[in-house]
Amino acid sequence: MAMLNFEKKYRVRGGTLIGGDLFDFWVGPFYVGFFGVTTIFFAFLGTAMIFWGTSQAGVFNPWQINIAPPDLKYGLGVAPLMEGGLWQIITICALGAFGSWALREVEISRKLGMGLHVPVAFSMAIFAYFTLVVIRPVLMGAWGYGFPYGILSHLDWVSNTGYQYLHFHYNPAHMIAVTLFFTTTLALALHGALILSSTNPQPGQPVKTPEHEDTFFRDIIGYSVGTLGIHRLGLFLALAAVFWSAVCIVISGPFWTKGWPEWWTWWLNLPIWG
Amino acid sequence: MEYQNLFTQTQVTGPASRGVPINAYDMRERTRSIGFSHLMGRIGNAQIGPVYLGRLGVASLIFGMTAFFIIGMNMLAQVGWNPLQFVRKLFWLSLDAPAPKYGLTFPPLNEGGWWLIVGLFTTISILLWWLRTFRRAQALGMGTHVPWAFASAIWLFLVLGLIRPVLMGSWSEGVPFGIFSHLDWVSALSIRYGNLFYNPFHMLSIVFLYGSVLLFAMHGATILAVSRFGGEREIEQIVDRGTASERAALFWRWTMGFNATMESIHRWAWWFAVLTPLTGGIGILLTGTVVDNWYLWGVKHNMAPSYPAIYGTVSDPALKAPVAPVATGEKK
Repeated sequence: MAMLNFEKKYRVRGGTLIGGDLFDFWVGPFYVGFFGVTTIFFAFLGTAMIFWGTSQAGVFNPWQINIAPPDLKYGLGVAPLMEGGLWQIITICALGAFGSWALREVEISRKLGMGLHVPVAFSMAIFAYFTLVVIRPVLMGAWGYGFPYGILSHLDWVSNTGYQYLHFHYNPAHMIAVTLFFTTTLALALHGALILSSTNPQPGQPVKTPEHEDTFFRDIIGYSVGTLGIHRLGLFLALAAVFWSAVCIVISGPFWTKGWPEWWTWWLNLPIWG
Repeated sequence: MEYQNLFTQTQVTGPASRGVPINAYDMRERTRSIGFSHLMGRIGNAQIGPVYLGRLGVASLIFGMTAFFIIGMNMLAQVGWNPLQFVRKLFWLSLDAPAPKYGLTFPPLNEGGWWLIVGLFTTISILLWWLRTFRRAQALGMGTHVPWAFASAIWLFLVLGLIRPVLMGSWSEGVPFGIFSHLDWVSALSIRYGNLFYNPFHMLSIVFLYGSVLLFAMHGATILAVSRFGGEREIEQIVDRGTASERAALFWRWTMGFNATMESIHRWAWWFAVLTPLTGGIGILLTGTVVDNWYLWGVKHNMAPSYPAIYGTVSDPALKAPVAPVATGEKK
């Protein structure tokens, strides 16, 4: 049914972190597990809160949904439901759902005898989200510094927060993060293209080998990182992009309150220029 | 915890690989020297080189290095040929596009002429490099997926520096060559045209950019996680599926109810990466040519909320008649 023809022999019991084999089963293609249940709980609750909140605000245009964090006057306290309390509940639900999802990935990895690279990688994304909605607001003393949940509203938040520091492109951590985002995408294009060009060669040609891949890249740029190396490189670039994104926002406010262009004056004022 | 294959612990150094043979004429173009780097070998292949020179590659490098050199000399001239100040102000220095008054004409060299020459040389360099990737793929009998992906990036480059300036009727619309100056250009463009975040093609481009990073994190992590089953031998897994592919597929099927195959994940990767500059280029092309204010465009199409007019109505000062003293030339 929902099983691939080779799937049955892989569907074994065990590998769970908690609950023994209580939830150790599949629904359709999905593995459930204890953390699948908690994922469903948090995801459903959080999504329902968003829908309910937007209906109470009379907004039924998906683009304009806006669940805003509390006003700054509430500091790090609990806000009334319709004045940011919803945002606080949704944030808890989101962290609960993301954390559950990561732990469910650990269980699935263990079942399949795989390394834990995927849940570890996902944890970096959770860390970036946690930085945005918990670490930075706590450092700045108010939940109001979190970003609102909504399509255009979160874009407005990014614009406004950026211009509060005059010109966010001058943030050195933002520079590193953007460079890593572009580099990751470049590397992904090259990797995807290289595999496709080897397995879809010119008409009448046999499928190519990793020797062809290495030769192509050595011919072009003098170096080929290799079949294993490209996946290490890609994973590193992607995680570094996310990590530096978290850094660039957490230093804005807690550690630097002026415009980012001004930050660079330390370089101009070094005593070495004579 | 078991070994997670994050780096190579034991390096085996074999004889250098000269690569898959190509025709005798082309073989002359491959350099002879091959080096080995232990540090590179920790992550990927230790072997560095050989590289294929070839007429296209050499011509591309000459044009590219000339452009780079012209930018550097312009910047040096801006600091009075003082090398220390050149280093100090490097990030602030810039080779700028011509002023709007020159339109699409060729301006004096130090008023944007050099910028035009650098743009032309960079474009020639990039197009020659594109031909090089195409020829090298053909010489090895491989598909041309790399050059076509590269073409997508070239499209964005040409929109920014050639197509949009021509449509706008002025080279001044082009991007300056400089670290901070090109960042200033990006911000200024966004502010001038009512915040690019409301540009739907900018939205798409960002989605594909973040999506690409997400895909590479997922794919890289998955392959490393099944590397104990030989998962990194992707071509082999594509033509003869093994347990590495099966586990990788089932991991995602059980996690999110859907899985790619060893081949299709690379199609997802290719398209996400290629669509990033493709949609981004469309977004830039429409900015200023078709759409003057992306926020108002969003309001018009019932996407963005119109903000309450808390400041009252303000008339555009440019539409008012000039004030009397200026018009009459009187002095007070």
